[in-house]
Amino acid sequence: MALDIVQAGPLSLLQDLGRYGYQDVGVTPGGAMDTHAFHWANKLLNNPANAAQIEITMGPFKACFKQATSFALCGADVVATLNGNKIIPWSSWFAKAGDILEIGYPRQGLRSYLAVSGGFFCPKTFGSVSTVMRNKLGGLSKKGSKVANGDIIPFIAKVQPHTCKVPQQFIPEYKSVINIGVLTTYQFHQFSTEAKKTFFNELYTVTSEIDRMGYRLKGKPIEFAQQSFVSEGIALGAIQIPANGQPIILMRDRQTIGGYPKMGCVCNRDLNILAQATPGTQIRFFEQDLYEAEAELHQEQHYFFKGKNDRDY
Amino acid sequence: MQVNLVNENSVIIYFSDTVCAETTDEITYACQLFRSELNDTLSDIVPSYTSILLSCNLRKTGLQNFVINVRRVLNQLGNVGLTNLVRNKIVLPVYYGQEVALDHRDVSLHTGLAFSEIVKLHTEECYRVFAIGFTPGFAFLGNTPKQMTIPRKASPRLNVPKGSVAIADRQTAIYPSQSPGGWQVIGRTPIDLLDDSEECLSKFAMGDEVRFESIDKQTFLAMGGQL
Repeated sequence: MALDIVQAGPLSLLQDLGRYGYQDVGVTPGGAMDTHAFHWANKLLNNPANAAQIEITMGPFKACFKQATSFALCGADVVATLNGNKIIPWSSWFAKAGDILEIGYPRQGLRSYLAVSGGFFCPKTFGSVSTVMRNKLGGLSKKGSKVANGDIIPFIAKVQPHTCKVPQQFIPEYKSVINIGVLTTYQFHQFSTEAKKTFFNELYTVTSEIDRMGYRLKGKPIEFAQQSFVSEGIALGAIQIPANGQPIILMRDRQTIGGYPKMGCVCNRDLNILAQATPGTQIRFFEQDLYEAEAELHQEQHYFFKGKNDRDY
Repeated sequence: MQVNLVNENSVIIYFSDTVCAETTDEITYACQLFRSELNDTLSDIVPSYTSILLSCNLRKTGLQNFVINVRRVLNQLGNVGLTNLVRNKIVLPVYYGQEVALDHRDVSLHTGLAFSEIVKLHTEECYRVFAIGFTPGFAFLGNTPKQMTIPRKASPRLNVPKGSVAIADRQTAIYPSQSPGGWQVIGRTPIDLLDDSEECLSKFAMGDEVRFESIDKQTFLAMGGQL
């Protein structure tokens, strides 16, 4: 009862929603980069919200189901086939034993989430399956290795009575210009009026230096007088402004502490959009009310976590 | 003390503007209180030199309620002081031999001190864990004696060997695993700082008292040290 990996692609990782409670000793939470797509993939299969999935960055990806199961694919806009028959993302499907799943290079977006009914069966390291290559934690090996050709990823075969599709209004479009909501916290109020104006009025471009740790952007430099700061805890989505004035947005695999001044944080909803952004994507920042963002996240969690199987997470 | 909002589920509290042992004590004790008082509403806590970042589990609490409870703990902290602070004490054996003290020449040259003098200074001081970060279990210990102050290397090493004991500015640290790094390496410990057991990943915790003890090559090797 397993998925045989034929072609893992450049970066495929076992992920869940992250490893919590170890940031005080320097362990990053990690977890799925696009939790919106991740949540829907599990929801389509009636899985526990934290069930392990494969996060496929770019592609191509090819694998063989050794057992009949239901599976779901969410995230990037990809051409995917099951035994050569086209399947569309943001849906669940049924695979027979021996069926071959192929996922191509995304037309839009960057990451696809592959879930199987019941979740991939993978040992947890410090409470989570999440693979953090830099910290050598998680994944099938428990040592942070990515999914490789020839890997056999176990699951407990379970066929759902029917297949499902995510309602159209919840399927994001990955555009070439995106609006990103910013919670104006941390050192935001210590930046000059001029710097704030620049930040909100200019377009910033996603560079090719993007990974699970951080997204480096390029645009009109944001100035800040004081450069040396006492290192402090870095929250998800923090927008660092290093000496060159080019923003770095800190993602799931971020370091736990750091000493750069921060413009605030990208709100959770838009981090998922950013996680799908490819180099060249342009970003327009806008101010997002924090309590509105919290209410939205609260609502999302309530929706995705109401299942009876979510107690252990 | 102000509780500052950070994102949908996080707040940060600044305790002081200065990095010192007193601030570390206060932060260490606040962490103990937060853990015992906030229970499962707390999802992560990141203490650092002068601040604590706290994240809540939004499935157990709302941000507004969380802030109220954080404030309540801070008031409690103000009332009881540091009387119940538990401080771990750690003594770490270090081999300061030239073959593992990769930067012994640069350190001597920069400080004008013989390397034996550097070792003496380094082992005489009692350090505190001011923060943990950079990599899992990487503890920033301060302060090193003023005479041995040295900046980071101009270009970082691509691979600092596991267990390397290093100094930079007024701080010292041990590399828990092989990693890139720019600190000046002056020795190596045979002790494994990362533990795979589920209870404690890192040997160090915020606020711990750390001393270094010089050992000879034979002892280093007998304790499992790798050259």
